[in-house]
Amino acid sequence: MLEIKNLHVKLEEEDKQILKGVDLTVEAGKVHAIMGPNGSGKSTLSYVLSGRDGYEVTEGTASLDGADLLEMEPEERAAAGVFLAFQYPVEIPGVGNMIFLRTAVNAQRKARGQDELSATDFLKEVRAKAKALKIDAEMLKRPVNVGFSGGEKKRNEILQMAMLEPKMCILDETDSGLDVDAMKLVAEGVNALRDEQRGFLVITHYQRLLDHIKPDVVHIMAEGRIVKSGGPELALEVEHNGYADILAEVN
Amino acid sequence: MALPQAKQTATEERLAVLRMPDAGCTRKAREAALERLRQMGLPGRRDEYWKYTRPDTLISADALPAALFVNDESPMFDEFDRLKIVFIDGVFSPEESDELSLEGVSIDRLEDICCKDIHWAKELYGVLEANGQNPVPRPLAALNTAFASDGVAIHVTGKPSKPISLIYRHASETSDAILHHVIRVESGAEVTILENGPAASRFNKCMEIDIADGGTLHHVRAQGRDHQRRAATHMFTRMGHESVYKSFTLTVNGVLTRNEQVVELTGDDAVAHVAGACVGDGEFHHDDTVFVTHDAVNCESRQVFKKVLRNGATGVFQGKILVKEGAQKTDGYQISQSLLLDGDSQFLAKPELEIYADDVACSHGSTSGAIDETAMFYLRSRGIPTREATDMLTLAFLAEAVQEIEDEALADVIVARLQDWLARRR
Ligand SMILES: Nc1ncnc2c1ncn2[C@@H]1O[C@H](COP(=O)(O)OP(=O)(O)OP(=O)(O)O)[C@@H](O)[C@H]1O
Ligand SMILES: [Mg+2]
Repeated sequence: MLEIKNLHVKLEEEDKQILKGVDLTVEAGKVHAIMGPNGSGKSTLSYVLSGRDGYEVTEGTASLDGADLLEMEPEERAAAGVFLAFQYPVEIPGVGNMIFLRTAVNAQRKARGQDELSATDFLKEVRAKAKALKIDAEMLKRPVNVGFSGGEKKRNEILQMAMLEPKMCILDETDSGLDVDAMKLVAEGVNALRDEQRGFLVITHYQRLLDHIKPDVVHIMAEGRIVKSGGPELALEVEHNGYADILAEVN
Repeated sequence: MALPQAKQTATEERLAVLRMPDAGCTRKAREAALERLRQMGLPGRRDEYWKYTRPDTLISADALPAALFVNDESPMFDEFDRLKIVFIDGVFSPEESDELSLEGVSIDRLEDICCKDIHWAKELYGVLEANGQNPVPRPLAALNTAFASDGVAIHVTGKPSKPISLIYRHASETSDAILHHVIRVESGAEVTILENGPAASRFNKCMEIDIADGGTLHHVRAQGRDHQRRAATHMFTRMGHESVYKSFTLTVNGVLTRNEQVVELTGDDAVAHVAGACVGDGEFHHDDTVFVTHDAVNCESRQVFKKVLRNGATGVFQGKILVKEGAQKTDGYQISQSLLLDGDSQFLAKPELEIYADDVACSHGSTSGAIDETAMFYLRSRGIPTREATDMLTLAFLAEAVQEIEDEALADVIVARLQDWLARRR
């Protein structure tokens, strides 16, 4: 489903290479986790996949179900099914959360040639999904992420994901800043979306999230490359021993 | 002090084509205004107060022609039950207007105030304008007082059930209109005044507003869309104890607009909010010049001005908060911001604070910037196309100003107009 081959990325403004040949394939129905030291390029990978400006792909490819992602605008990638839950969700004063969600849902439906969701259907769906994530109605009325606590912002990302029902979900440290209960809620939100058609790429530093969202494959990223891949046990190894052993072994 | 020769010539050239109406009872006020005007002269390019806005076309003997803007939009505020007072190219139209009667308010055409022996407006006409000439001269307002050819006097004694709506139609491509309104809001009375329309090719409008203790005036204005129209407007507001004044102006297009607001808080615990949202594309110059004077204790003032500019449009903000000695516990706030949608547009701001009391809280800020790239990417990453995302962020930017309108239905109409503008791109 998601196929990344030999991806090299540098900063547009500087001569700084960040991704140095990433190879990664996420199959439909699978959950892949990426772990790796700070600054290894995990967020950069997620941004490049979703189309953020400021990066230049110097080599390699990335495609979703055969379609070249790198050629697409961010909104086209979204319509094609890419979703990124941001490591740092953005506050947008003046834009109501509800309007934002509805505009996003309908823009994607339109791009796919589907009818817009009626106001009542939308409302029903959003309320049900917000409730499952314990996001109260008052929060939905506020401007996007403004005044939300760190954990509330992360839950709001998952709400968006639940509403947009993307094919390929990329979660960048969605667990950081979450209390134990919120982590469970978020994991349940993710698990509820797991099905045969959908792929997940979960970036995390901690085993804890992976206790709830059981990954099929765990990758270790270091210095802009996937240096090791394995089963869930790889995450446990990182949790116990850190990265030193793995990195030494690779080098 | 003698005026510079160029200024004097320009002033006399303008005066040569103006005729003072024979309005008996306002005659003295008009002559005094003319005298003031002769002393200060019409604004020139070198005047500090006109540093960012060229006054030439506002003071020239003849108005530049302005094509009528024909569109299929429904007239502004049409959805509201209101008392309509219509001016066509600056002339009151009895046929188009509603009957000027409404409980809680009495309305007279300016020329009729002299028919009555005693009329409150005789005591107000030109007075607040004259007061507002200090410390900064506002010659176009003096010119207005001297030569205004029409206008209304609105006396609010109760709480009229609907807004009073001043509608300014533009019919002739060469019209040059001077209107002067006087409004008095009595103690405990409350009114909403709406204004809309381009008015004329060139429009000079002055409004004097006297709000007595505990009176409230809401003002919502939408200046006409005609691309080539020019306007210089003044609002002079004097506020009593616990009075409230809330004014919002929407400006969508128009080649030149200078809106001056002069507010004097003279009674304790008064609240004044003046706000504006403008969106301009191309040949568009919009100037908000605001002067708020705190001359009483525990008053609150807010100035909130937002401008969206593109294709070489220019926005100007000159805003001042003056806190006089003894005006303790003043709460003054001022923000002026522009959103530049391209590199050709510019925003010129001169925010000022002058404070002579020690127990006050005043803040001001002015910013100018492009669309926030991070927010833009966030929206697009959710599937919202660039244009729609830009519109969302543009409306979000303007929201703080629009929120100053208390009446939600009115605010919704303003937002709808902004959305129309965004959809049309002009
Ligand atoms: N726009 C940028 N300008 C400068 N440096 C950047 C930029 N984007 C990324 N980098 C650098 O690229 C490297 C990878 O950053 P990235 O955010 O992808 O790391 P990460 O693996 O997500 O780290 P973390 O675990 O701390 O979130 C870092 O050294 C970072 O400083
Ligand atoms: Mg990161």
